[in-house]
Amino acid sequence: MMEVLNVIGYSFFAMAAGLLYMGIGRKVAARLHRRYGPPVWQCYIDVVKCFSRKSISHNFIMDLGSMMGLSGLLGAAMFIPIAGFLPFPSQGPIIVILYLMPIGYLGMAMGVSASGNPLTAIGIGRALTLMIGYEVPFATIVLSFIAAYSSTSLVSLQAAQAGGFANWHMATMPFGFVAALIALMGMLGKKPFDTMIAPSEIASGPMVELSGKFLGLAFLQHATAIFVETGLFVLLFLGGGSNFLEFIAKQAAVYIVMSSLSELWARYRVEQATKFLWISAGSLALVQLVINMIIGRK
Amino acid sequence: MLKISREEIIDGKFERVLNFFRSRSLWMLYYCTGCGAVELPPTMTSRFDMERFGISPMATPRQADILLVTGYVSVKTLKRIVYSYEQMPEPKWVVGFGSCPVNGGIYWNSYATINQLDKYIPVDISIPGCMPRPQAVIDGLLSLMDSIKKGEAVGYKKYQMNNEWYKKNQREILERTKPVLGGKK
Ligand code: SF4
Repeated sequence: MMEVLNVIGYSFFAMAAGLLYMGIGRKVAARLHRRYGPPVWQCYIDVVKCFSRKSISHNFIMDLGSMMGLSGLLGAAMFIPIAGFLPFPSQGPIIVILYLMPIGYLGMAMGVSASGNPLTAIGIGRALTLMIGYEVPFATIVLSFIAAYSSTSLVSLQAAQAGGFANWHMATMPFGFVAALIALMGMLGKKPFDTMIAPSEIASGPMVELSGKFLGLAFLQHATAIFVETGLFVLLFLGGGSNFLEFIAKQAAVYIVMSSLSELWARYRVEQATKFLWISAGSLALVQLVINMIIGRK
Repeated sequence: MLKISREEIIDGKFERVLNFFRSRSLWMLYYCTGCGAVELPPTMTSRFDMERFGISPMATPRQADILLVTGYVSVKTLKRIVYSYEQMPEPKWVVGFGSCPVNGGIYWNSYATINQLDKYIPVDISIPGCMPRPQAVIDGLLSLMDSIKKGEAVGYKKYQMNNEWYKKNQREILERTKPVLGGKK
């Protein structure tokens, strides 16, 4: 019983936190444009509004896909330990998270392409190509952790970084850190890698046909994705968090850095983006893997 | 037109709570055929910053709450405007931008444009001016937000209730766009 409540509470928390980071990101971007910007709670208003509108469903697959998209990512969020807290007992296995996250994206892909709009097909094609781009460097980074600790448990990786900045993997594995930063940029779909959304080219790609509550679900899915991805990054490189607030503050800081960097660059074409991710992030991750293998187990 | 009482068409109490959220987050689709569209970039960017009211551009009719018709509507674009309007899910609102959608503006006696947009789709608010400055645009959108909050912006309900009247008007105009291929019809 307790676990069920934990899971539900944790899902709502993950979505709420993601929406908050999104709002903060929008505010930061606005300030960089020298605008006043929307209030940080704007994203909550947007989601409520989306759910209050009429929506057009094309067929059953669209309903199913949207739900699958959200639940896949929420499933991944269940394995992110916040300050040692997990909704049900586990060790926070990275491999499971890496499996569950694509389920979210594939669910979304299935749902939106059921609408039959050609622009969604282009958007989905781009999103999946980009996914190959960032999954390879990220998998290499995970391999380098396995080489160093022969463990993929987030809990034990966090424990290994205890005791101040010098022990954080940000300091001990700098190449991996930079590679992960670039890969995270691709994962979040931030500016040089926002080819799949591209509102001015393909009319917001996968989201073309989404109306009302489907758009709301897509919003929540993106919020959960932000929570999972920044959470993973904080746990792997920034030492996790000893308490709730520290963890959330670190996640927000990562997202703020991401959204300010996003204002610097223009958009890559999809093959350029994949190439860039493989060459820069991939080679840095490979260097880190080789170093870790030479140093050997800790 | 049908006669409808005010109570029938204004939103109830529960809807008004949702109307608060609807009014604070307006996503707009702009149909930039007229010259007025040139005033939109300054309204959105750093000087006047529309986003602080939660108003932001969206790419497709499915996602949008308000349809901005920026300026004169030629007979041929009217068809596309009606299509875009009908694709938007409810609740939805229309903003007529500039004097052309109000009464024809300087194109009043042109053969190629329509004079009153309100006869073809229900316009919730008109921002007069040729072209309206960003201050006027923001002022207009703020008063739209006000009337959405009170539940008084009910153009889409009018469109449902008087659909035949609107359709008749649209047909009359769209007849004129049929191609005439060589000689007599
Ligand atoms: S009102 Fe003036 S600026 Fe606007 S479309 Fe008409 S002529 Fe152009």
